Amino acid sequence: MRGYEVLFAGNNFLRLLGGLWVTLRISLISIALSLVLGILLGAAMTVKNKAVKAVCKVYLEIVRIMPQLVWLFIVFFGLTRSTGVNLSGETAAVIVFTIWGAAETGDLVRGAFVSIPKHQYESGLALGLGKAQLYIYVILPQTIRRLTPNIINLSTRMIKTTALVSLIGVTEVLKVGKQIIDANRYDAPDAAVWVYAAIFLMYFVICFPLSVFSKKLADRFK
Amino acid sequence: MDWSFITEYYPLYIESAVLTVTIGGLGIILSVIVGILCAIARYYRIPLLNGIAAAYTELSRNTPLIVQLFFLYFGLPKIGIVFSSETCGVVGLAFLGGGYMSESILSGLLSVRKTHLEAAASLGLNGFQTMTNVILPQAASVATPAVCANVIFLLKETSVFSAVSLADLMYTAKDLIGMYYSTTEALTMLVIAYLIIILPVSIVFTLLERRLHRAGI
Repeated sequence: MRGYEVLFAGNNFLRLLGGLWVTLRISLISIALSLVLGILLGAAMTVKNKAVKAVCKVYLEIVRIMPQLVWLFIVFFGLTRSTGVNLSGETAAVIVFTIWGAAETGDLVRGAFVSIPKHQYESGLALGLGKAQLYIYVILPQTIRRLTPNIINLSTRMIKTTALVSLIGVTEVLKVGKQIIDANRYDAPDAAVWVYAAIFLMYFVICFPLSVFSKKLADRFK
Repeated sequence: MDWSFITEYYPLYIESAVLTVTIGGLGIILSVIVGILCAIARYYRIPLLNGIAAAYTELSRNTPLIVQLFFLYFGLPKIGIVFSSETCGVVGLAFLGGGYMSESILSGLLSVRKTHLEAAASLGLNGFQTMTNVILPQAASVATPAVCANVIFLLKETSVFSAVSLADLMYTAKDLIGMYYSTTEALTMLVIAYLIIILPVSIVFTLLERRLHRAGI
């Protein structure tokens, strides 16, 4: 059997897609959760209270300074050891990516709010809009417009980073790929190059359209 | 916390930290070189090279480093191209980083206003003089924050090296957890090691950025 035939032999390709779905599911759940938490965090970062601001800033920096893989290790191995709570790899991954995603989203939300010029608020008020109206009709539409491309970018980053979960024992696309390669070790010794190239392209097929879309949006809103 | 464990095993961390920094540093330097070359190819729209550089940039930016490393380390040997773990780490990081760097450097180059290029041309500067005297000084200051952010990003990405059996910090930590089950100590040393590597870089870059900001760029 030739290497590339392994990809389509039996239900191998479906299994790879199934593995890809495991990572995608982790990233989609984390993205959804971090959007909710990140918007709250971003709002908290724009308040005038210095203590709140400082706490948010410290949280952001602590999350950012460590590689995501270190966080995965801390939650997956460390938390289990110190609290006795047994987390599955997937749960640990969702926790880590949500904590990280919320911090990054919060920073983006803050950036979007800060980038709205002061005169937008002032002219809204001068037109006689109430506080709620000001936000609904003037501030939020502009904020969302600036935010969307960045959020999509962050999502592609999160999708790419979830590939790391294979290192804490989650059976995702890289693990499935390895199983397929090992099962065909004697029939198709060169399967590895095809399987990993296929996984490489799968990630590209997911992330590339998203980055093109976010670039288009960013250009249009400029 | 078992302090005797820490005093016994911290030399292992120093060893692997040195490896992480060496491989990471080489990868980052290479990625800057690749990034500059790609940015030049795309800025001047050199036929063929422009297309290759653009395609490469998208490929490297839209795939995870761990998948790239697996392809290099487990895939390529099957068709006769064998890399050692160390080479694999450097090449992988340079492949990933080259794309990010090229994007940042290109946007720096493109940020120079057209009027400046026209002014340079009307002063009689040739292409090379325009590049060194007009474009580069402006582009460099615009691109610096993005390039710095990339460097920190790449430093953090080095944590993936353990997946291709490089004995880096993650590898050491996982090894100690596996052998002695002293998870807390191993992870604490891991965090401290990464802090020692990344924090100073991050602080220096923040100061640099502030300085650029003050210069009104």
